[in-house]
Amino acid sequence: MVTLGYTVLILCVLGVVAALLLYFVAQKFKVVEDPRIDAVEKMLPGANCGGCGRTGCRAMAEALVKNADISSLYCPVAGSEGMAQIAEYLGKSAPVREPRVAVVRCAGSCDKRPRTSTFDGATSCAIVGSLFAGETGCSYGCLGFGDCSVACEFGAIHLNPVTRLPEVDEDKCTACGACVKACPRMIIELRRKGIKNRRVYVSCVNKEKGAVARKSCKASCIGCSKCAKVCPFEAISIDCNLAYINAEKCRLCRKCVAECPTGAIVEVNMPPRKVADPATAPATPTPQKADSSAKSNKE
Amino acid sequence: MLKTFPLGGVHPSECKLSRQSAIRYMPVPEVVTIPLAQHIGAPALPIVKKGDRVVVGQLIGRSETFVSSLIHSSVSGVVTTVDMFEGPQGRRQMGVTIKVEGDEWSPEIDRSPEVVRECTLSPSEILKKITEAGIVGMGGATFPTHVKLSIPPGKTAEYLIINGVECEPYLTADHRVMLERGEEVLIGVELLARCLGVRRTYIGVENNKPDAIEHLRKLASKFDNIRVVPLKVQYPQGGEKQLIAAITGREVPSGALPVDVGCVVQNVGTALAVYEAVQKNKPLIDRVVTVTGQGMVSPANFMVRIGTSMREVVEFAGGMPADGAKVVCGGPMMGRAVSNLEAPITKGASGLLIFDRKDALRKPEGSCIKCGKCVEVCPMGLEPYLLNVLSRKHRWEECEAAAAADCIECGSCSYICPANIALLDYIRWGKSEVMKAIRARNKR
Repeated sequence: MVTLGYTVLILCVLGVVAALLLYFVAQKFKVVEDPRIDAVEKMLPGANCGGCGRTGCRAMAEALVKNADISSLYCPVAGSEGMAQIAEYLGKSAPVREPRVAVVRCAGSCDKRPRTSTFDGATSCAIVGSLFAGETGCSYGCLGFGDCSVACEFGAIHLNPVTRLPEVDEDKCTACGACVKACPRMIIELRRKGIKNRRVYVSCVNKEKGAVARKSCKASCIGCSKCAKVCPFEAISIDCNLAYINAEKCRLCRKCVAECPTGAIVEVNMPPRKVADPATAPATPTPQKADSSAKSNKE
Repeated sequence: MLKTFPLGGVHPSECKLSRQSAIRYMPVPEVVTIPLAQHIGAPALPIVKKGDRVVVGQLIGRSETFVSSLIHSSVSGVVTTVDMFEGPQGRRQMGVTIKVEGDEWSPEIDRSPEVVRECTLSPSEILKKITEAGIVGMGGATFPTHVKLSIPPGKTAEYLIINGVECEPYLTADHRVMLERGEEVLIGVELLARCLGVRRTYIGVENNKPDAIEHLRKLASKFDNIRVVPLKVQYPQGGEKQLIAAITGREVPSGALPVDVGCVVQNVGTALAVYEAVQKNKPLIDRVVTVTGQGMVSPANFMVRIGTSMREVVEFAGGMPADGAKVVCGGPMMGRAVSNLEAPITKGASGLLIFDRKDALRKPEGSCIKCGKCVEVCPMGLEPYLLNVLSRKHRWEECEAAAAADCIECGSCSYICPANIALLDYIRWGKSEVMKAIRARNKR
């Protein structure tokens, strides 16, 4: 009986000593963490996509809480609204950025850019791109093995089986930039979403001379600079036989779309031509003509 | 017991269809396109322009960079363009296109057939001649020979090893060179040995070429310090590190160069080019190309001028077979598929292989069953199945830890895999990402 009593007593004393020890150690090495970090992390989307340039949402939350000026921090997935909420909670001024969307700058569908060879090895653009120029004659355009759609955490980009080109779902795309990094050909660009999602852009990245580019793909930019000449806002620049439309300067007049001989300039979500803004399109016969040519390009 | 490398290796069926075919000179084509980047290192810059008249052996491209090589005209005629052209893999690169007129050789080149052995040049003079002839590794790697022969200070070369292994199936170019130009090869070897100041020279030849071994042995008795070593047939014995291990038993450590273990390896084709450059003043303007394949009527070896289009070479060999579906430039294990047959033959093109549809297509990929065959055959002692998975998951740091950078891209793992997994494709990707990371780190 006495033995049992001692056993219980020793165990109790040991327990108390250990508890005290743990208590003091916990006090000594206590890590004080701002409780706001947890709150901000909950407000972030939690996708850990890396679109903000940090390793994940936790790192972003820490940066948001620690930095006094958060104008350089922006979560594209949360968007301006989400960032405004976080900034209000933290009592800081919210960073405002225009919403962006991933844009695929290649229009070389199967009919425009016929296959010249087949590859039956590893199904990855990065590998195919390092081995040869691709299954078509164009050594700049989309390789069609879908590294972008694998990289997308949001299921916003898919290969169209008919055209073998990736298509972006604008509602799902968060402009995190994962596809931009995944594409070895650098054909995906994050562009301004635009008012009512309206955009005009050059859907080609081929820098070859016109004749060479045209030979490999019927929808290629041949660097003829007709679009640059017709643009009233000087938004189009030609570099290395390739036109580029500056989204900041472009006012969506669509004169370039009508002028492009190969249909490399693409317009999306635009209203039909007839109701086009009369202020930017003064000449009446041109829109008619432009409409038909734009349609034929789309076909 | 024949010597071979200690680790891994495979033995694909040899298929040396063209072994009996003596080297034939291919007629000079009407037009050649000579690429300005035919070697590892900086591309040469053109020193001719449109309309210039050139003769055989005239310098047309040079670079000031050390790791680079000179480019010579392989024909005489008029330069029509100095522009981009489509390369064998469809990529555009710089090249000089020459329309052939006659066959006028530069007067400095000795075209007489007799073999000259006497050489009074000093090692530095030999090296200068090799540099000026634009010689690169003819086995396929196309590393500039003069760079390999310039031993960095503080290091010494003990052994010169000549690679007459030709471990790739189908190819017979080196085999025929050893048989038909054996004496010239050995003089070239002697010159290389003198240039390096080595103690001993070994010529490694695989045992499936007994005629070449016997022939070289007979000739080598007239030379000092040259030994012909017969080797067991095992792929990839022609790999630099494997050949050193097979002949000397020395292991080149990870990240080190052969010269760190006192060895320099050169190909027999390179030795022949060295002979021609030093004794005959002839720059590297042609090479032996094996044109072969199961469907070819007469697989053969041709001496082809650099810049001749692949299509013309195939046509000269009897034309494309009816079911020809894939052309590979180089050997079947390490060569690269050609997507543009108009591309020219370069200094490193050891063969053109034509496969029919059945052989050209890969079999459908299955799942890894962890049989470990890839680990068994890897000559570098890597774990291909693991590198494949890491690469697919983009885990580059772990790829580096698993020594992806040591991969020699021999393709033994892909060859042996019972599930037909494209192991090499993924490992090569991992290797390139690891190399990128290492370069970025070194820069910083």
